[in-house]
Amino acid sequence: MAIRINGTDVAAPDDARVSLLDLLRERLHLTGSKVGCNQGACGACTVLVDGERALSCLTLAVQMDGRSVTTIEGLGGAEEPHALQTAFIEHDGFQCGYCTPGQICAAAAMLREIEAGVPSYVTLDLTAPVLLSREEVRERMSGNLCRCGAHNGIVDAILQVAAERAA
Amino acid sequence: MNPVSYHRASSIDQAIQMVEGGRGRLLGGGTNLVDLMRKGVERPSSLVDVTTLSDAIEETSEGGLLIGAAARNSAVAAHPQVRSRYPMLARAILAGASAQIRNMATMGGNLMQRPRCLYFQDVAGARCNRRTPGSGCDAAGGFNRYHAIIGASPACVATHPSDMCVALAALDARIQVAGTRGARTIPIVDFHRLPGERPDLETEIEPGELIVAVEIPPSHFARSTYRKVRDRASYAFALVSVAAGLTVKAGRIEEIGIAFGGIAPKPWRAFKAETALRGGPATAQAFEAALADELADATPLPGNAFKIELAQRTLSAVLSELSGSDR
Repeated sequence: MAIRINGTDVAAPDDARVSLLDLLRERLHLTGSKVGCNQGACGACTVLVDGERALSCLTLAVQMDGRSVTTIEGLGGAEEPHALQTAFIEHDGFQCGYCTPGQICAAAAMLREIEAGVPSYVTLDLTAPVLLSREEVRERMSGNLCRCGAHNGIVDAILQVAAERAA
Repeated sequence: MNPVSYHRASSIDQAIQMVEGGRGRLLGGGTNLVDLMRKGVERPSSLVDVTTLSDAIEETSEGGLLIGAAARNSAVAAHPQVRSRYPMLARAILAGASAQIRNMATMGGNLMQRPRCLYFQDVAGARCNRRTPGSGCDAAGGFNRYHAIIGASPACVATHPSDMCVALAALDARIQVAGTRGARTIPIVDFHRLPGERPDLETEIEPGELIVAVEIPPSHFARSTYRKVRDRASYAFALVSVAAGLTVKAGRIEEIGIAFGGIAPKPWRAFKAETALRGGPATAQAFEAALADELADATPLPGNAFKIELAQRTLSAVLSELSGSDR
């Protein structure tokens, strides 16, 4: 078995202590995923595991054997940017940019969660279709901190992409 | 982090064999264990990955739900039956951590969470009886805003951090356990231990045992919810949280279940308050009187005396909402 990372198979490390984040950055040189707190508090290391958002800092790479990981490099780049990347630029969804890859990976998964009807803590009716609002986006993105305080632009960017998809 | 071996269990029996003896630890999503290994609080010699065991969510013959220990927190909260029949459980899970962590964390791992007390996590700088039995507790005389007001002991004042377990306590969930000495079922209210003189013994799970499933009986509550009060609006541990279920008929309380988070070393089922309220009127005065009785034994610390009034107000607000005619 192997870990499929952005479509390429990579062998799991022999040392069980290697986190998925360290495998990505130190061994594969995929430095888009960032080391923020390295303890599950900031979301800068967010990647997609089998399409769902997860923290690569608290994931042991060996646990990913047989699974598929998508990083910001796999979502889009300068040539073919992801719709969220374009929207973050349009809405000033960052200043320093350190949290941005994690924000965009989290947002990509969040939009799929909304499409699947997954509720959040602020959803009033747990059984009705989810109505997207600023409050919903803020709650659903609370696992990604931005110390520059670009959260308003981040919410605007996400709402724009959600509206484009719904249209 | 110390060197550690990794094994993936393909069956319950294999997991039991692999973790038996030594300093092996069962590994779920890793959101707590990997963090504690990095901080040096946990130093297992081997990890047995049990995320490959059952994550099924199925209906039981009595009309409840059986949830495999490897089910992800997010999958449980999103499950249609959980959302429609156990809203307090869905809301409790959704109140916990972040979406990323809920995608990783398992049912079993959530139940086995260790305290989030900063002194417990500070290996180099603080004494902790839970980490090193007999060494002392620096939290009692330190920053204890987040610590317990009831059920604690001089040895340890840490709270249980889970939101999900608070709802499970109010729902009378049962924890199915397998082990070298056979299978058994532990009621959730008995699963976590109060610290007493041995805060290092956190649950009733014995060495060589593992959680295989959580059984939730049918809910008799007409309405239920979970409310969490915290220092920021999202992604923070509870100062006080309440899981409550209620059935009111002709102004009288027919069914009631109340559990608190954030105030005790374990999910705090408010049996005294429930008994006082059952059969009586669903009024704000009755809610307040019942909880005053429940918290009569509370012994707050200098940093968290506010939790008594906060618990009273939060419970009153939740029960008024559930009994109100607003819906």
